[in-house]
Amino acid sequence: MLSFSLDSRRGSFHLQVECTFASDWTVVFGPSGAGKSTLLRLLAGLDHPTNGRIALDGRTLTETAGGLRVPPGHRQTSLVSQQPALFPHLTAAANVAYGLRSPKYSGPGYSGIARAARARRIDEMLDLVGATELAARRPQDLSGGQAQRVALARALAPAPRLLLLDEPFSALDGVASDALLVRLQNWLRESKVQTVVATHDATDALAISAEVLLLRDGRLTALGPAAQVLASERARLLGRLQAPLS
Amino acid sequence: MSTMDWQAFALSLRLATVTTAILLVIAVPLAALIVLGRGRWLAAVEALAALPMVLPPTVLGFFLLVLLGPRTAFGRGIAALLGHPLAFSFDGLVVGSVIYSLPFAVQPLVAGFASVDTALVDAARLLGAGPVRLVSSILIPLARRSLLAAVVLSFLHTIGEFGVVLMLGGDIPGATRTLSIVLYDQVENFDYAAAGHTALLLLGLSALALVAVYATSQKRGSARRA
Repeated sequence: MLSFSLDSRRGSFHLQVECTFASDWTVVFGPSGAGKSTLLRLLAGLDHPTNGRIALDGRTLTETAGGLRVPPGHRQTSLVSQQPALFPHLTAAANVAYGLRSPKYSGPGYSGIARAARARRIDEMLDLVGATELAARRPQDLSGGQAQRVALARALAPAPRLLLLDEPFSALDGVASDALLVRLQNWLRESKVQTVVATHDATDALAISAEVLLLRDGRLTALGPAAQVLASERARLLGRLQAPLS
Repeated sequence: MSTMDWQAFALSLRLATVTTAILLVIAVPLAALIVLGRGRWLAAVEALAALPMVLPPTVLGFFLLVLLGPRTAFGRGIAALLGHPLAFSFDGLVVGSVIYSLPFAVQPLVAGFASVDTALVDAARLLGAGPVRLVSSILIPLARRSLLAAVVLSFLHTIGEFGVVLMLGGDIPGATRTLSIVLYDQVENFDYAAAGHTALLLLGLSALALVAVYATSQKRGSARRA
């Protein structure tokens, strides 16, 4: 379970959110500039709130009052952004292997067992995202959608407890995106990974059909089932369109 | 060229090699700290690292001469530790050269590390990379050209160094007499023919190193275009 209470000021932007995500999948929905990416960066530990607390499964990751800041690599949290940010000097397989630092995969003296486990994990992750044939390619030889698949595989490889996806399907075409989403949802459910998806696309939010947090101007304006939250948001937007005419 | 010139040539190469090696060990973490660190004090660190670039070499040489000489407790302590004073010794020249050439190693590395996309740095941190792994597996491979520039600039700057060497090392054959000191001596003695050879040797060395750097960058450029 992910719970947070955050107050973060960056220039003129002020994010103030307090929430608990009980569901395995949560969609943070809102227009551009609502604070979705800011929220995800704070949860990942890449930025620090002015005040607040973040806890995952009872473990405190950030607590400004006590000066606690668990570094990004030690929060069992992965983030995939719209920009895949693959390491350009490494192959797709080496990118996926980058986060495999636990003794299981990099054991003492990098033993044969660890090497075999590492290779299996890379294959498993690339297969999950449908990118097995891309293993030897460098990022510059990948299309936007392929790069996003490899970035997903890289984020999942270290077995995170929390997966943060920031507009992750933007470079994939609809059919590919739907198929990947179904495979991903099954795998994440089996692996008990809590997932938070930030999107401004209502179709994505409905396709994931999970708990939706509606974010506007850095404030939480609604939280509930996707259909209900999106319907009330639609009604609000229609109301605003009609207002000048009445 | 006289035997003395070759001795000075070898000494200059040795000084430049040792200085460059020490500079890399200092400059890589320092540049990484400047680029990745947070805090206002980093501006002071960056300014201090750049200071030798704007300081007249004789001023730096003078301060080091006083600091490392027998007048200060620090100088006496070092002399007791090494068994000889640092001033007017090869080791003293290395200390002076490292400080004098520091900006020429740090600045290209800062520029190179800062040009690496912050999204890549964030991705590596999220995947568990600590500062050492971040620098060795992401920043250095992606800023290879800056590392090469830092090596070449540090090396050439040390080879051509004059003010600090003269103030701190004097002119002791085999210990502190470098090629640029030899050139100065030859001009002072109106031996223009020998001075011409020495100057050409220094010029050739610098030109060769720069051509090698540009050739490497060009090769990389064509490989990227291909």
